[in-house]
Order: sequence, then C-alpha cells, then structure tokens
Amino acid sequence: MTLTPSGAELGRRLREGDVGAAPTVLNLVESRPARESGEVQALLHEVAPGALGGEAPAHVIGITGPPGVGKSSLLGELVGAWRADGRSVAVLAVDPSSKRSGGALLGDRARIASDPADRGTFIRSTAAGERLGGLAPATRAAAQALSAAFDVVVVETVGVGQSETEVAEVADTVAVVVQPGSGDVLQFLKSGIMEIPDVLVVTKVDLGTVAQRARRDLVAALRSIGDNATPVVAVSSVAPVQGIDDLIAALDAHRAELDVGARRLDARRAGAVADFHAEHGDRALRALGGRRAALKALGEADPALEVPALTRALEERAGVA
Amino acid sequence: MSDHRLAERDRPWMMRTYAGHSTARKSNELYRGNLAKGQTGLSVAFDLPTQTGYDAGHELARGEVGKVGVPIAHRGDMAALMDGIPLGEMNTSMTINATAAWLLGLYIVAAEEQGVEARALQGTTQNDIIKEFLARGTYAFPPGPSMRLIADTVAYTVTEVPKWNPINICSYHLQEAGATPVQEIAYALSNAIAVLDATRQRVDPELMGQVFARLSFFVNAGVRFVEEHAKLRAMGELWEQIGRERYGVADPKHLRFRYGVQVNSLGLTESQPENNVQRIVLEALGVTLGRNARARAIQLPAWNEALGLPRPWDQQWSLRIQQVLAYETDLLEYPDIFEGSKVMDGLVAELVEGARAEMAVVEEHGGAVEAVPYMKAALVDSHRERRNRIEAGEQVVVGINRYAESEPSPLSTGEDGGILVVDPGVEAEQVEALERWRAQRDADAVERALDELRRVAADDAKNILPATIEAARAGATTGEWAHALREAFGEYRAPTGVGEAAAGVPSCEQDALRDEVERVSEALGRRVKLLVGKPGLDGHSNGAEQIAVRARDLGMDVVYEGIRLTPSQIVTSALQEGVHVVGLSILSGSHLELIPDVVAGLRDAGVDAPVVVGGIIPQADVEPLREAGVAAVYTPKDFDLGRIMGDIVALVAQRNGAAAGA
Ligand code: B12
Ligand SMILES: Nc1nc2c(ncn2[C@@H]2O[C@H](COP(=O)(O)OP(=O)(O)OP(=O)(O)O)[C@@H](O)[C@H]2O)c(=O)[nH]1
Ligand SMILES: [Mg+2]
Repeated sequence: MTLTPSGAELGRRLREGDVGAAPTVLNLVESRPARESGEVQALLHEVAPGALGGEAPAHVIGITGPPGVGKSSLLGELVGAWRADGRSVAVLAVDPSSKRSGGALLGDRARIASDPADRGTFIRSTAAGERLGGLAPATRAAAQALSAAFDVVVVETVGVGQSETEVAEVADTVAVVVQPGSGDVLQFLKSGIMEIPDVLVVTKVDLGTVAQRARRDLVAALRSIGDNATPVVAVSSVAPVQGIDDLIAALDAHRAELDVGARRLDARRAGAVADFHAEHGDRALRALGGRRAALKALGEADPALEVPALTRALEERAGVA
Repeated sequence: MSDHRLAERDRPWMMRTYAGHSTARKSNELYRGNLAKGQTGLSVAFDLPTQTGYDAGHELARGEVGKVGVPIAHRGDMAALMDGIPLGEMNTSMTINATAAWLLGLYIVAAEEQGVEARALQGTTQNDIIKEFLARGTYAFPPGPSMRLIADTVAYTVTEVPKWNPINICSYHLQEAGATPVQEIAYALSNAIAVLDATRQRVDPELMGQVFARLSFFVNAGVRFVEEHAKLRAMGELWEQIGRERYGVADPKHLRFRYGVQVNSLGLTESQPENNVQRIVLEALGVTLGRNARARAIQLPAWNEALGLPRPWDQQWSLRIQQVLAYETDLLEYPDIFEGSKVMDGLVAELVEGARAEMAVVEEHGGAVEAVPYMKAALVDSHRERRNRIEAGEQVVVGINRYAESEPSPLSTGEDGGILVVDPGVEAEQVEALERWRAQRDADAVERALDELRRVAADDAKNILPATIEAARAGATTGEWAHALREAFGEYRAPTGVGEAAAGVPSCEQDALRDEVERVSEALGRRVKLLVGKPGLDGHSNGAEQIAVRARDLGMDVVYEGIRLTPSQIVTSALQEGVHVVGLSILSGSHLELIPDVVAGLRDAGVDAPVVVGGIIPQADVEPLREAGVAAVYTPKDFDLGRIMGDIVALVAQRNGAAAGA
C-alpha cells in the first residue's frame, strides 16, 4: 500500500498550484477518520485565507437544477471552453444516494466529455449520502481546498427549490438550470420557495420554440417580483451548440461584481453550522439558540479561520466537544 | 382440396448463417462453403470498427479488427468479400447500422463492378439506430442526424434500389437486453413509427405505401415458444393497424408484417452447453409453427454461443436444424394451425393490449427518439428482474439453477476449446493493407468526394446517398466517411439507464451482504466505491449494467460511464474518482489486448485498486489475465451476482486491511 501524504502536505501542494494533488485531496476529505483526526483541518488550514494571504483565487460555481435537465452535458461544453481559454477546472458532481441501500450510481462524468490526458481537468463524483440539501459532507471542504489550485471549481448538484440554498453556501456564483416547459421553477421563483439564483439557464434550446418561450417566461417572472438584473441565458449542449460564450460571460460578470471575501466568509460560517448540525443534531443546535444565533456567534470569530476550526468553536460553545 | 392441407407444400424460409471474421478473403471462403451446404442467403457480420466507423489503426479499433466480424474498409474489401458470388441473384443481409448508408454504397459499387445494376440488388441493411442506443451500442452520431441518415437510405432505395429492405426494425436486441414480450413489441413498433415519420418528410407522399412495404423487422424468439409465437401474431396485427390508421396504407400487400429471425441467445448457457441445442430447436418452432406469422428468414445461434465464436462445424449444425425442420417434418404442408385457437387468440389479445398501453407511454415521452432514456431504463429494469428470478430459482434454467450436476462435456474439450479463435495477426495485416490501398488510389479524387460529402451533410435538405456512393467509387475508407460525418454531425453517448433503474427489494442473503458493505465502508472511512468500466468498442452492456445496479443496491457507490471507453479514459476515471476496486467487462473477445493495458495504466498512475474482470473469457485466457495483474475473472457460468458481489467486498476488505475478524 502506498503511504498517504498528510493533510498539511497536501494543502501545501495545492497552495503551490499542484492540480495533480486533487485525487488524493478528495480521498482525504471524504474520509471520516481523516476528518476526525484533524487531517482535514490541517489541509484546510494550509489553504485558508490566512495561509494564502487572501481568498483563494478560483471562481467557485454552483450548477444546480432538476434531474436530467442537462447540467452535466452543459458542464462538458463549459469545461471545453474554459480549457480552451487556459483555465484549469475541477468539477465536483454530487448525486443522490439510494435511501433504501445507501449506495449511489454516479453517472455525471459520462456526460462531461474531457480529454483523459489533460491534467488541467479534474472530475470527481460523490454521493450525497444521508445529508439533505444536495451537498455531500465533503463537498464544502473539497471546494475550499481545490479553489487554492484550480482556476474554476464547479459543484453540480441535483434538485430544485431547496438544494440551491446549500450550493449558495459554497459557491461564489450559483446557476440554476431549467428545462424548457417546466413550470415549477416559475412557480417556485414567484412564491419565494426558491431563492433567486445569480444566473438562470434554460437548456435544450435546440428543441426549438418552447425553449425561447421558457426564457421569456422566466424573464417576465423575475420582472414581476421586481428583479431586472438576473441574467437568463439559453443554451444547447448538443450540436449545434449554442449560448456557451454568453453563459461564461454572465458567470464572469457576476464574479467581477461580487465581494468575494464577504461571500466566502458567509460560506465558511454557514458550512461550520451545517457540519455542526449534521454531527450533533437538532438538540445541539437548539442549545446554541438555533441556526441564526449560531451564525451570529461565529461573527465574532477570526475571519481567517477554516471551517473545522469554526465548527470546533461551536462545539465548545455548546459543550459537546 | 381440404381445409387442413395445403394444395402445395410451402417453400421454406430463407436460411442464413450470421458469419464473417478475419479478412474479406477469409470470409468469402466461409460464405462459399456455407452456400455449398445449402444455405440460401448471406448474413454478413462486420467487425466492430467497421460498424462504428473507424479504420484499423485507430486507437479505439485496437483488439477488434477482424475479431467478431469482417473488416470492410473500402470498395476493394467489399469486392473481395463478394468475389464469385453473383450479386444479381444473392440475397444479402448486412448487420450494419450507424455506417449502413456507407456499406450500402460499397455494396452498390461492388455490384457495379460485377456489371449488376442497383435495381437488381436484393437484401437488407439493418440500419436501425434507436435499438443501437437502447441495446446494441454501435451508434456513431447524435439522434437527429442518425434518423436523417436512415430516412435518406429509405428515400433513396425506394426508387433506386427497389428490391432492397433499407431498414430492419429490430426487436431482437431488445429481448437480448432483457425486454419482456410487451416491451419488445411496443418499443419496436414505436421505433418503426419514428422512422416512418422521419421518412415521410423526405419522400413523395405518393410513395408512402411503398415505403411502408419496404420496412421489415428482425425479431427474437425465446424458449417460451407458445407465447413467442403469439407475440409475432400480435406484431402483425398492430403493424397492419398502424399502416391503415396512421399512414393511410390500403394495399394488403403493403400492409404485410415481414420479419426475419435470430432466436434467443441470452438464455443460452455456458454450463452444459449441449442443452442449448434443445433451446434453439424449440425457439425455431416458435417462429415457424403458424403459417400466418411465419418468419421469412431465419438464422440460428450455435450450441457454443456462451463460450465464444462458433466454428464452421458449429454453424453447420445450426443450419442443419433449419433444414431438418423445413425438409424432414410436415410443418410446411398445412395452413395456419392456430386459426381458431382460443389459447392463441387470448395470448395475442393480451399482448396487443399491453403493447398498446406501453406505446402510449412512449408517445407521451414525445416518441421513440425522445423516449430513449425512458426505454433504456425500463430495459435495464426488466433485465434486473429477470436476473433476480433466476437467482431466486423462480425462473428455471436447466443446468444453471436446477439439475446442475453434469458429466464432463466431450464437446468443448478439444484442443481449440470448442470455439473459433481469430488470429490476432489479422489486425496488423489489415493496417498494412489499408496503407497499400491509400497509396495506390487517386488522393485528389478522394478528397473531392469527401468535400462533397461534408457539403451534403451540412445541408439537411440533401440526400446523403449519392455523395456516399461517389466517395465509395473514389476509394474512400469507412473511417474517412464516418470521420467526415462526425465532424458535421457531432458525436453522442447513449444513456446508460442504470441511474433510473429501480432499487431492488433485497432478499435475506442480500441483506447480509449489505451489512458487510456497511461494515467495510465504516472500516475504510468512506463508502466502498466501485468503477465499472467497458474498454474498447464492445457494446455488450448487460453485464456491466447488472453489476452496477446490484452493487448500488447493496450499498456501494458506483461510477459507470457506459460503453466504448479507451483504457486511458478508464484509468483517469479510476484515479480521479478514488475507487477501491475496478471492474472491467468485455464480451467481444478483445480482453487480452485491452485489459493488460488498463491494469498497466492504473499502476503507472499510482492507482493500486484491485481489478476484477467479467465477460466471455475462454478458460485458456484466465491465467494470462491473472499474470497481468487481474485479481479475479468471472464468466456467464457465475450466474449468481450475489456471490460475485460478496467476492468483491471481501477483496476490498482484504486489500485495505479490513477483512472480517481482522
Ligand atoms: C446478449 C448478447 C448480445 C446483445 C447485447 C445487449 C446488451 N446491451 O448487452 C446484442 C444482441 C446487442 C449483442 C450483439 C452482438 N454480439 Co452478443 N451476445 C449476447 C449474449 C447472448 C449474452 C451476453 C449477456 O448479456 N449475458 C447476460 C449478462 C448479464 O451476462 P455477462 O455479461 O456474461 O455477465 C456475467 C459474467 O460474465 C460476469 N460479468 C460480466 N461483466 C462483468 C463485470 C464485472 C465487473 C464483474 C465483476 C463481472 C462481470 O458477471 C455476470 C454474471 O453472470 C452472448 C452469448 C452468451 N450467451 O453469453 C453473445 C456474445 C457475447 N455476442 C457476441 C457477438 C460477436 C456480438 C456482436 C459483436 C456480433 C456482431 N458481429 O455484430 C454484436 C455487437 C455488439 C457490440 N456492439 O459489441 C459473441 C462474442 C464472441 C467472442 N467474445 O468471441 C458472443 C459470445 C456470442 C457468440 N458466441 O458469438 N449481443
Ligand atoms: N436536445 C438536447 N438534449 C440535451 C441537452 N443537454 C442534455 N441533453 C440530454 O438530456 C439528458 C440528460 O443530460 P445530463 O447532462 O445528464 O443532465 P443532468 O442534469 O446532468 O442529469 P442528472 O445529473 O442525472 O440530474 C441526456 O440524454 C442528454 O443527452 C441539450 O442541450 N439538448
Ligand atoms: Mg448530471
């Protein structure tokens, strides 16, 4: 058996831009013993703003939407365009687990066409496990770690109406992908069940007029709730491929406007609360006075701290450490 | 004249043998031998590179050239294949799909060179792409352009090669992928509707009756031969209705349901392989018994189907089965023997009703093209249920889950292991021959022809055939033709169906296995993760799908990307996904070339996960694979998926120091 490098060493390699460390990094952050023994924290410590001298440079993007709308196919096109532009890309694809068996079929990478010899593309599929909200337990840590080495880090999750909330906690920019002719998104947006994403994407425009109508309906729905700014982009991921450049421009524009430091800080705090909740349950969260109170408490912590350190702060506060 | 006897004995159906391997010349010898034995038509098996549009020498062609069929790269190969066979008289069926328009082009040019005009040609190009997406795997282009190529072929042949069957809608492969009789009927007929709808836009409306008449079917028949016969009658009934109601066809001649058959092979076993002969005979009865739904053409698999490729003697045995049935028995002396049968009428009514309902579901999905993901998942599901029934002993398979004790079989103990083994040297030979071909042809003429082909491909209003035939005349190759079209149309990966397959309800035994998966996962610190990989051009996905679904149902995380990956793609996936074990599945016979490549690639990349292999692996090849670093090899005789899963979990535990009790 090969020896696994330590979390700290992996963190240093990522900091130096070694994208080849990605598979081992993922094996580490997905491993429960490594989380418990502090290896994951050691890794994240090396890539925290304190160690990097600022926020990690990557653009972290969340892509979410209902099953089968075409998220992975779209990612395949985006990855190609980013690579052509010289940007390295890591994709973290999260699939739901079977409630019955706990196992999962991970099929996203099949649709994300990429050159196996290209070291600048990394794709990892992860099962969501028992966590609700679409994110696998290790996805936050993985996204934070990889954003030290890759230019773009994408998190793909399945769902609509709920999951984008969690993705928003790890991503700088969230794109929700919808299928032409699916009315639910429209309803969710109007009724506020769903938060307004940073970018809305309508897929499968090759299927014709339905898609263009869907785009117009979405724009109208946004107007009706007073939103004139959110871009709605129509794309096709099958030949003739369309809209990819527009989408990249919309994603880049959102990132350019963003206060990255503030959003990442919020993300780390929200991540710590989610990890605390998953580990210790509702009762422990109530002991802290609930979610909002927990977030508020973290507001006093050092902004440069990594998630496991924040989680520990909460544990100490709740007396469950 | 009596009601229960025919005035004159019927003529027998067309008898064929699905054959071809190594080179065009070798296959030509084989065909002549078969014709001399009383075979009445040809059925050409192409190798996988030819079927998927790659020339010998392409990375994906490795290990596959000349293996499961004949490589045909250009008009010279086609001429050699048909040398001495008068194409004006022969009836040739070609199992060719994504590249059907091209192979038809080569055949037309080969006939031209023999002085036979296209109008005289008789035969069939399989040319059915939807079932390639669903079950067979030799597709090349996305659905839209693929349907156009089919419609173009139909539109062209209906006036220019009028005796040709431009498409054989296949239900055969659906049953081989697990379809129930109802699914087989419903998906095949929905497929036919998609083809007719696409063609309707490309031909003179006046010709729709003739177009309808040119569509023929290629069906399956399993060992439940009474129900299978009813299935064929049901298909005939529904087909006539579709013709009348949907396409306004009135001429009874045009409305006739015409079909050829290959009988079921999925149920043929590796253990006690002699039992397969009984199965084949009964299945042949299923498609010949009733005169009103009798097959037009039949080809039978051989007793050694699950062992490997049949030798000439094995194929002769199967041809003789047909001949005994047609010439020794009294089968052909009577009118339809089921007319007025309550049982038959009842079965037909049941199937018609079930198929109508399922066709409506396909229609709701937007028709057969749009419903491919739905149908694929439904097939994986039916196959999963079939495996469960066999493992539970509810569906008896003699020699497998009942009466498994056996004397040693003298049939497979010969020096050749009872199968045909293709000389691996033919690949290098074909690569060289191709270089010689390219060196002697008029390169400018080829370039001009390919340019024209690209231009026509980009213009949806044009028919692809004339430019294709011109490229064939100029000496272009199969790989060049397909490459030009891949550039114009793009490529495609069909859905795998596994993600949507229902989670199985576990038996007690499976429950115990789940506990073990859970225990090992806890010990590892993360859930056991398996990569199921299909290297090379092999499209046999059943085994990989069933392994993937079962592993998921036992609690593993499973990465499965579908068929047709290069070894380096599989290595990259294993590395990036951090899997604990890699499972490779190959049934097409290229395991000795590809599996050592994957294992070596994994070790070079620093992946130390163990590799297990499954598929059609002759006993003689097991040791070389083990020497290459493979931990375990499984073949069809290991029918119990639960056992295989138990082994895999134990292997992962042992490699990671988490063995039970350790
Ligand atoms: C079904 C079938 C088909 C179906 C496939 C449908 C599908 N989507 O899979 C159809 C009709 C489409 C088909 C087509 C062809 N077939 Co076919 N087919 C078979 C058949 C009858 C059964 C295979 C099968 O699915 N069995 C059921 C599955 C569940 O079993 P299995 O895959 O063997 O898996 C078991 C083990 O092997 C093992 N296993 C398998 N994979 C893995 C993976 C892992 C990780 C593990 C642990 C275990 C494991 O576990 C399973 C447990 O029982 C076999 C003969 C036979 N009876 O075995 C021929 C056979 C495999 N086919 C053959 C050929 C030649 C073809 C064609 C290439 C013909 C041609 N020239 O065009 C075509 C083209 C296919 C292509 N694109 O590659 C040959 C291969 C010859 C060789 N190896 O030398 C065979 C052996 C028949 C023969 N004797 O000629 N075929
Ligand atoms: N016509 C058309 N089909 C598309 C397009 N994008 C994706 N598809 C098809 O839609 C299906 C699902 O695509 P995926 O990319 O796997 O969708 P997904 O959203 O990632 O799916 P999950 O991860 O399973 O939720 C596939 O059959 C694709 O071929 C598109 O732009 N046009
Ligand atoms: Mg996806």
